[in-house]
Amino acid sequence: MKHIIAIFLLFSLILTSCGPASSAEAASDSQATYIENKGSDTIVNLALAWAERYQGEHPDVRISVTGGGSGTGIAALINNTVDIANASRQIKSEEVDEAKSNGVEPVEHIIARDAIAVIVNPENPVNELTLQQISDIYSGKIINWSEVGGEDRPIVRLSRETNSGTHVYFLETVLRLGSKEDKTLFSTNTLLLPSSEGIIAEVRQNPNAIGYDGLGYVPKDLKMIAIAKEVGGAYVLPSIETVNDKTYAIARDLYMYTNGEASGIVKEYLDWILSPEAQEIVVELGFVPALNPNPIP
Amino acid sequence: MEKSLTWREFIITRLIQTSGYSAILFVALIFFFLLREGLPTLSEVETSSLFNPRWYPIENYFGILPLLTGSLIVTLGAGLIAVPFGIGTAVYISEIAPRWMREILKPLVELLGGLPSVVLGFLGILVLSPFVRVFLDLPTGLTALTGSILLGGIAVPTVVSVAEDALDAVPRAYREGAWALGATRWQTIWRVTLPSAKSGVLTAVMLGVGRAIGETMTVMMVTGNAPVLAVKLGSLFSPVRTMTATIAAEMGEVANGSTHYHVLFFIGMVLFLISLGVNIAASSVVFRAKKRAERILS
Repeated sequence: MKHIIAIFLLFSLILTSCGPASSAEAASDSQATYIENKGSDTIVNLALAWAERYQGEHPDVRISVTGGGSGTGIAALINNTVDIANASRQIKSEEVDEAKSNGVEPVEHIIARDAIAVIVNPENPVNELTLQQISDIYSGKIINWSEVGGEDRPIVRLSRETNSGTHVYFLETVLRLGSKEDKTLFSTNTLLLPSSEGIIAEVRQNPNAIGYDGLGYVPKDLKMIAIAKEVGGAYVLPSIETVNDKTYAIARDLYMYTNGEASGIVKEYLDWILSPEAQEIVVELGFVPALNPNPIP
Repeated sequence: MEKSLTWREFIITRLIQTSGYSAILFVALIFFFLLREGLPTLSEVETSSLFNPRWYPIENYFGILPLLTGSLIVTLGAGLIAVPFGIGTAVYISEIAPRWMREILKPLVELLGGLPSVVLGFLGILVLSPFVRVFLDLPTGLTALTGSILLGGIAVPTVVSVAEDALDAVPRAYREGAWALGATRWQTIWRVTLPSAKSGVLTAVMLGVGRAIGETMTVMMVTGNAPVLAVKLGSLFSPVRTMTATIAAEMGEVANGSTHYHVLFFIGMVLFLISLGVNIAASSVVFRAKKRAERILS
């Protein structure tokens, strides 16, 4: 008899412990000290690092950071459910119209920059490529390194998975060279690796491979390719300087959007983000710091 | 006292009964859920485009053939490695190895079975795939073959431990009878012990294959995930994308209720039907074998 009761007690204990945890919602006590931050998955780690540091310095402020993608963040801004929306792309004009009809005035802040480096094995003699050549390599038109001045080796294309923002950005900017009408696709035998580490490990040991990754994630022992925007143009290696003076071709701004000019605690937070201390975290996480510290209205 | 005993009996019987039925309930619920989330695919995507040779969901290319063939070729390769190797090991452990060897081997094989697949995948990326690339002179080491070898390694412990149990259960009198008739050790194993343990060994093979086709992490790490139609023999030496890796890689980011989401569940449904098919085929073979044995004996 006792045993059965014990078993029932155990069961009920397990069941109750599976219930929703209801302790995390006590934070929304005061609007003024609570910042809701949502959007791009590219930025989410950066935003988390910032929020963590900032909360450490200002214990009275609570910042909640969630990902979900740039579109999700902007949609939340339009519905006025977040204080700051993160986006790895600029807001579209339709979205601005939609926001305005909802009484929301999106204001853009460039908070960091992100550059994508094209990497190969150090044994590979190819040092420079044009954007068009990289596009042809990834779309399967060029299949041997000898066609772009290298050894007679097959090209093994490495890419991130299709759900990665970097994949989409690379598709739009490099494969389709920024053209909306262009419907070029990745060659089907492009290897889609689930992580940056997978790409780096394969490039490190395979002289046939070509891959791409965020500038800050590229280890020193791999070779970055200098890229020219068009044939005859200058070949530029990615670095903080070339990204900021816009000579490097595969780089983009990262944004935060607020409803109207930021004020109060949100403004303090955004100002802090553009401070040297916060921009140092940008470098640590492999992004390029924003050159222009003033928000563009 | 008497009364409380019958009452206790009643409760325990019911509890056991419920847990027995719950397996059926869970399978039914899972299948129902898969159907509910996967079937809308058929109305959202034209059947012909499901047979498109390209899988690129962010631009609405939903051809599942590359994934299907990818899974099949990796599993086939894994089976070719795991079945002979696993049954061989099981025969050695149960029939040939001396007692002390057996006591070392069995726990070791079980330890191998307990290795997390992500660890194997890691080894695959760092050790096996460079080796495969250099040894076979391939463009890349992230191929179906690399996946097959690792999956074979994952399936072997399952095959060994089930097959060994089955061989162990063959009565000693069978072997003694064979020896008494002058059969050699090999003849005894091949003609007597293995056939009498047939249903158990077949179960072992099916469990191993099931383990291989459902394995996700390792294949995602080492097969390269390129959605190429894998229909030639040479496809074994090129990158492939499996159904499991596709679901794992893409489910996390997909918008709930979108076409892509439904197609991923559709793939899950196909995977479910394949393993159901394998299981039904296995049990029907076992069942038929039993029937025949009963006929002969009666």
